[in-house]
Amino acid sequence: MSVSRYALSVWWRNAAMYRRTWKLNILPNFFEPILYLVSIGIGVGAYVSQMGGTSYVAFLAPGLVAVAAMNGASFEVTYNAFVRLNFEKTYASMLTTPIQPDDVLAGEVLWAMTRAAIYGSIFYAVIAAAGLAPLPSSLWALPLIPLTGLLFAALGIAFSLRIPNIDLFSFYFTLFLTPLFLFSDVFFPLAERLPPWGLRVAEALPLLHPVRLMRAAFRGEFRPILIWDLAYILALSAALLWIAARITRRRLSE
Amino acid sequence: MQLRYQRAVAEPQAIVECRALRKRYRDRFAVDGIDLDVPRGVCFGLLGPNGAGKTTTLRMVYGVTRPTSGSARVFGLDVARDARRVRARLGVTLQENALIEPLSAIDNLRVFGRYHRIPRAELEVRIEELLDFLELRSHASLPVRALSGGFQRRLAIALSLINRPELLVLDEPTTGLDPAVRLALWERVRELQAAGTTVLLTTHYMDEAERLCDRLVILSGGRVVADGAPLELIRRELAPQALELVVAEADEGRVLQGLDGVRRLRTGRRLVLYVPDAGALLETLRHRGDVGEPRAVVVRPANLEDVFLALTGTGLTGGA
Repeated sequence: MSVSRYALSVWWRNAAMYRRTWKLNILPNFFEPILYLVSIGIGVGAYVSQMGGTSYVAFLAPGLVAVAAMNGASFEVTYNAFVRLNFEKTYASMLTTPIQPDDVLAGEVLWAMTRAAIYGSIFYAVIAAAGLAPLPSSLWALPLIPLTGLLFAALGIAFSLRIPNIDLFSFYFTLFLTPLFLFSDVFFPLAERLPPWGLRVAEALPLLHPVRLMRAAFRGEFRPILIWDLAYILALSAALLWIAARITRRRLSE
Repeated sequence: MQLRYQRAVAEPQAIVECRALRKRYRDRFAVDGIDLDVPRGVCFGLLGPNGAGKTTTLRMVYGVTRPTSGSARVFGLDVARDARRVRARLGVTLQENALIEPLSAIDNLRVFGRYHRIPRAELEVRIEELLDFLELRSHASLPVRALSGGFQRRLAIALSLINRPELLVLDEPTTGLDPAVRLALWERVRELQAAGTTVLLTTHYMDEAERLCDRLVILSGGRVVADGAPLELIRRELAPQALELVVAEADEGRVLQGLDGVRRLRTGRRLVLYVPDAGALLETLRHRGDVGEPRAVVVRPANLEDVFLALTGTGLTGGA
């Protein structure tokens, strides 16, 4: 890869757009966690005396921070990136300047991580305000938010560059992200419900690893498996970005 | 003087130099062996029908499309190897405007300036200049989404000038614009050229090419089918004058009697004959009584459109 400071120009373009619309974007970001916590955490939680050794709402909170980061990054590299690539011709116009395809990819991933950070930290702030984020240990969640963003930026951009039609994103969201959301330790401890083979399958799911790291941060406990979680995120991100860089170079220099 | 001399030695005469440039998409050559030499300071036109390879050629010139074979050099640099350095010194206005529609003209210019990493203070100076040069000031702070096609096009051109390019590449700069906007844009292009900018443009408006271009090439099927100055091309490929008349196809043979070697083009009921002196030919035909009602007859100079149709279209027959 030949990523350069020009990646920041790409990032800056998206930030300039966001500066005009952030007021509209921030508000839903703020309400989403409240809705989840009230509906599922407090509503469903009233029927659950304990989960994973804590109250249900406290069990739920860290996973939802990871989900917020996942969603923030995913929207940016799917619908938004697809529109920039195919409809707005943003990349075509960038490539008339010294910006190279690798810079475009790096800038987009960096921006998706930024959006994940905005989404995730608002979520975290709401949860902390509700007294569900023990301090100081849960501050470890903060660096995990953009890391989760990186993973889902890499996944999403690799998908976006390959599909010919914007309607195919509904597959990505409904058949990929939604199952991840439901089966990645967010709502219930997989270890207590899945058979051994199911657990082995679950280890392959990308969201499980940020959720496990996030929950460990909230609890302030370190376990050796977290090294595997971190390695999984970094290795999969790197592999996907390598693939995405190849596709980007090919697609943008046709 | 010393500096000028050194610069001339360091840089070749041609700003753009393409040799045997080819680009294959699957089983089709979009560009099939093109040689181009664009001298410094000229306005150079690439003409051709849709699909002739104009845009693909431009994309290889500014280094975003990799040639299948052949080479493109700009400012004496190999574009394939030095795309970043080449693109820092040129500006491109794409066929589609690619503006950031929710942002104002000023913010669009700021974002584009960032693409070139122009320092902030310098960027603001250039933005002020361009707002005046392309007459953007009146609506400079409104979201560009709501503004007219002419305004958006002027802004797109302003974006490509933000780095003060030595070479300005314009891909169909005035397609879809009203006549007043076109005239104004042509004037800006002439001013840029007068200030030393080399211009490389594509168009399929022959009046645009005739008025703006010092040199041009006509592309067809990915190849150069003619090149030269506009007038030179008309003289060489056809003849200085054209005689248009309505002749049924059945009568064509009769009209053409004794006119062997005269180049002609048929479009529907109209027959166009290219000759050195159209008035004299008309007299001759009148004497023979072969021409119908005079209202259908047009005597005019041959133009680039005739050359274009002759070389890229169908219907031209006769001649050498």
